[in-house]
Amino acid sequence: MEMVKVTIDGREVQVPKNSTILAAARAAGIEVPTLCYNEDLDVKGMCRVCVVEVEGSRTLQTACSQPVSDGMVVHTNSPRVRQARRVNVELLLSNHPQDCLGCVRNQRCELQTLADQLGIRELRFPRQVKSEQKDISTPALVRDPSKCILCRRCVEVCHQVQGVGALYPVNRGFDTTIAPAGGVDLGDVACVQCGQCSLVCPVGAIYEQDHTERVWAALANPDKHVVVQTAPAIRVSIGEEMGLEPGEVTTGQLVAALRRLGFDRVFDTDFSADLTIIEEGHELLKRLENGETMPMITSCSPGWIKYIEHFYPDLLPHLSTCKSPQQMFGALAKTYYAEKAGIDPANIYVVSIMPCTAKKFECGRPEMIDSGYPDVDAVLTTRELGRMLRENGIKFSELPEEEYDAPLGISTGAGVIFGATGGVMEAALRTVYEVVTGETLPSLDFTAVRGLEGIKEAEVDLKGKKVKVAVTHGLGNARKLLDLIKAGKADYQFIEIMCCPGGCIGGGGQPIPTTKEIRQKRIDAIYRADAGMPLRKSHENPAVQTLYKEFLGEPLGEKSHELLHTQYTKREKYPEKAADM
Amino acid sequence: MSYFRAHVLVCAGTPCMLKGAGAVKDALCREIERAGLQEEVRVVETGCLGPCDDGPVIVVYPEGVMYSKLKPEEMSRIVQQHLLKGRVVEDLVYRAEKEKAKPVVSLEEQGYLDRQYRIVLRNCGRIDPDSIEEYIANGGYEALGKALTTMTPEQVVATVKDSGLRGRGGAGFPTGLKWSFTAPIAADQKYIICNADEGEPGTFKDRLILEGDPHSIIEAMAIAGYAVGADQGIVYIRGEYHLSIERLQRAAARARELGLLGKDIFGTGFNFDLQIRTGAGAYVCGEETALIESLEGKRGEPRLKPPYPGVAGLWGKPTVVNNVETLANIPPIILKGAEWFRGIGTEKTPGTKVFTMLGDITNQGLIEVPMGITLREVIYGVGGGIPNGRGFKLAQTGGTSGGCLPKEFLDLPMDYDSLAEAGSALGSGALLVIDDSHCIVDVLRSFMKFFQHESCGQCTPCREGTARLYQLFSDLAAGKAGQDAVQLIKELCQTMQLSSLCGLGQSAPNGVVTALQYFEEEIQKHVAGECPAGVCRISMGSRAV
Repeated sequence: MEMVKVTIDGREVQVPKNSTILAAARAAGIEVPTLCYNEDLDVKGMCRVCVVEVEGSRTLQTACSQPVSDGMVVHTNSPRVRQARRVNVELLLSNHPQDCLGCVRNQRCELQTLADQLGIRELRFPRQVKSEQKDISTPALVRDPSKCILCRRCVEVCHQVQGVGALYPVNRGFDTTIAPAGGVDLGDVACVQCGQCSLVCPVGAIYEQDHTERVWAALANPDKHVVVQTAPAIRVSIGEEMGLEPGEVTTGQLVAALRRLGFDRVFDTDFSADLTIIEEGHELLKRLENGETMPMITSCSPGWIKYIEHFYPDLLPHLSTCKSPQQMFGALAKTYYAEKAGIDPANIYVVSIMPCTAKKFECGRPEMIDSGYPDVDAVLTTRELGRMLRENGIKFSELPEEEYDAPLGISTGAGVIFGATGGVMEAALRTVYEVVTGETLPSLDFTAVRGLEGIKEAEVDLKGKKVKVAVTHGLGNARKLLDLIKAGKADYQFIEIMCCPGGCIGGGGQPIPTTKEIRQKRIDAIYRADAGMPLRKSHENPAVQTLYKEFLGEPLGEKSHELLHTQYTKREKYPEKAADM
Repeated sequence: MSYFRAHVLVCAGTPCMLKGAGAVKDALCREIERAGLQEEVRVVETGCLGPCDDGPVIVVYPEGVMYSKLKPEEMSRIVQQHLLKGRVVEDLVYRAEKEKAKPVVSLEEQGYLDRQYRIVLRNCGRIDPDSIEEYIANGGYEALGKALTTMTPEQVVATVKDSGLRGRGGAGFPTGLKWSFTAPIAADQKYIICNADEGEPGTFKDRLILEGDPHSIIEAMAIAGYAVGADQGIVYIRGEYHLSIERLQRAAARARELGLLGKDIFGTGFNFDLQIRTGAGAYVCGEETALIESLEGKRGEPRLKPPYPGVAGLWGKPTVVNNVETLANIPPIILKGAEWFRGIGTEKTPGTKVFTMLGDITNQGLIEVPMGITLREVIYGVGGGIPNGRGFKLAQTGGTSGGCLPKEFLDLPMDYDSLAEAGSALGSGALLVIDDSHCIVDVLRSFMKFFQHESCGQCTPCREGTARLYQLFSDLAAGKAGQDAVQLIKELCQTMQLSSLCGLGQSAPNGVVTALQYFEEEIQKHVAGECPAGVCRISMGSRAV
């Protein structure tokens, strides 16, 4: 690699050619303040906070975007730089509500942190705050344009990463705002509610719809039997909300913390993940046998489901009819569990802890009432659970480890890995292989489907019958696979698609920040948790076996069909209201 | 071919058309027919003749008498007296210097063209822009022929480089140098874009060039295409420029018919064609990378540079973007050579500049003068001075993003470097003259209102800064500004100039910065609640404490 020599604040560094000034400064141990910059997204250079002085250049340059050249001399703290940086932040503050104390991002806000870091103690410019209504049109997300600082990270992630394009810069100049095209509400356009926008927002301009109050109310209601399920990804991310480093497995503390909040039963979505494998695995085998629509695609991820409904409705027959583990759990909690525990399902209140904002949308889908009640009553994101735990004064890291309740808390490592991209596929292969071949797998680790690469492929030999599978995550990647299917060029039998980059560990409801590096740490933690489980194959889950014996009968049977499977809805790409404009 | 003893050129530029040139022309033709002169006198629609404020304007040749402020009912007098009897209708004759008592009769005598030197406007007001034959008869497409048949592309680039031609869109970047970046790049596709998205307030030169001489742009684009290796051209033009668009479309169609556009031009194997694309009125789309974004169907916002368009422009391909006026200089340079061009104007800025004069100036309109002419010569010479007996307060050169120059600068030569040094810019060539009845705070407030509306909204200093400046000047005008207002304005302007993403935000505060240099006292008085010009309605009761 060709190296160039750069002098930054008097320190000489050697960095690869084409590095940015920001990267070179970091190599020199100098931190240039940034705001709109996000290491995982394309550089836009819009906030102009990271400006630096480059000798020989008339204007200041943005460190995030400007490539270095050999012999370049840079000053990151000259009087001109300090003034420009401060004035630019002051300008943003002059157009900001500054109601920090009541803001969802109070003390977790990049603008607040930056203003503090720059020592801004006086707001000198005349204030003019755009008074814009909050957009609460979706069940998953709230947009508050008055707080938006127009960094456009959300636009970038929505277009470039997810390929959805629900958000755009609208209007011009001072009137510029980030909104769906035409300035309509998010609920009026093809937004999949993945919440990746909320994950990259530096301020409180877009965030999850809050369900904490309704959960507090249920917990305080003596007539309610409140059960909670925790998604696989929560055990490796909730620690970050509670001050721990990314990548720690905190399953036991999570269970203990939920008991302390007052939940009557602490169950695990991993249980219904194992159940999903049994149902979905048999569905795959049935489709292979009967020559039905191929390839079959997983259906666990509600953002992904909404995406295919809007953008590729013709491919809906490819989707597995299995409900997601969250919804399977809810349906069983209010039927099987209610029966077993002798509780009126009308009094059972099901709370999900999810890494996902789209789960809030999913639980409200009109078809998700197969138990006769809403399968799931409230969905808390990892962030919301963090807020409840903090409000309750729970010292998370000091909690003793506790076990999930039976029977819906019993699971295997196959359920745990649902939290990472490739996990559903790996779990399915572990089971399908053994069911089809009748043999024990020599190694349980299908490493070819693990990791953050965009599209992963593998081939499995099921005793002479070869099954080709693909795994992808992030809707921008999914689009590539879907186009192949549409063109008849996909020779896969089974595809796993997860809406969010990295799978659920990178979900839109996860702790902020969620960077590529942090995603990898959470993935590593997921596989550590899997390796530490006594059982690692879904079909060996004793609670699932009992469930079939006592209640469901057989996979894909009548009861399963009624409670665990669903159907999908064709949706418009350009919904009516937007098309009217 | 029929022979006409007289030609009447009717200005059909947009300003004259708006003032009723169409009806004047119809009346003229009717009167000519009534007098039975249709075989002897030919009426021709031309591009802009210059004195836009005094339209509709016509010129009667061979004498070259210009008549101005015409009404249809006056046409019978012109036909009966001038065309039939050879007597000039003195009371209708255009007078450049209004105070002159005695009307003069020919364009030469009128002094209108005395200080002018026409390269860019060589055909404007002289030929029918819709006639490719008239263009060719005046040397049109000869430069293209010369380039294609006798010069290598490298020689064309070298000639333009040697001529010292600098971009006339505003920044003044050397055109030949720009071409030389793109020419050597190997690419499967390159583009020539003509930037006709003229949006600077008070600037309408590109419009009138395109209306008056569309073929000169087509020819120049083909030459540029040959020089840098591009076979596709795009004219990105303001959507409101209906007449320019129509004439350009007709001109391109005729050029195609004659094989001057399309495949194998002049049998040399060189292919070049162009398309016309209209903008939707965003000022920022005049910035070349925003223009390219717009052409790609995206929101018109400037790109981060590098990469520069010359390397990666439209659809990621090497792209040369040149302004209309820049291109209009190309054919004469190719025909007459770099030496000839360098002989006009100044050493660092050869050639001429087309200015649009407006504001408090007697002769509003379009002129072309050699680079380096002084402000005084333009305003008091060609421009005819300041009307209504008022005094000169300031001139803003280069459009709304230019600086405000007080009378101390009247003898400043008008070229890129001298004006930049004074804190202003040659820019697009708009020359706004403001007399002493105006208040500087009120003037700056109106500039900032414009920028607040036209900022693309991308970067912080421009988006928020233009709005804050507008607010601060509104506060000053209302007598509500705080004691630190001037200091805040200074810091804000510096930040915008130094840290905005593109030229729009970097140059938006130029007017304010120069005003703070030359009119600080007047601005400071507003802080104290006084408007020396008596324009701002300051109510002392509303003053902030």
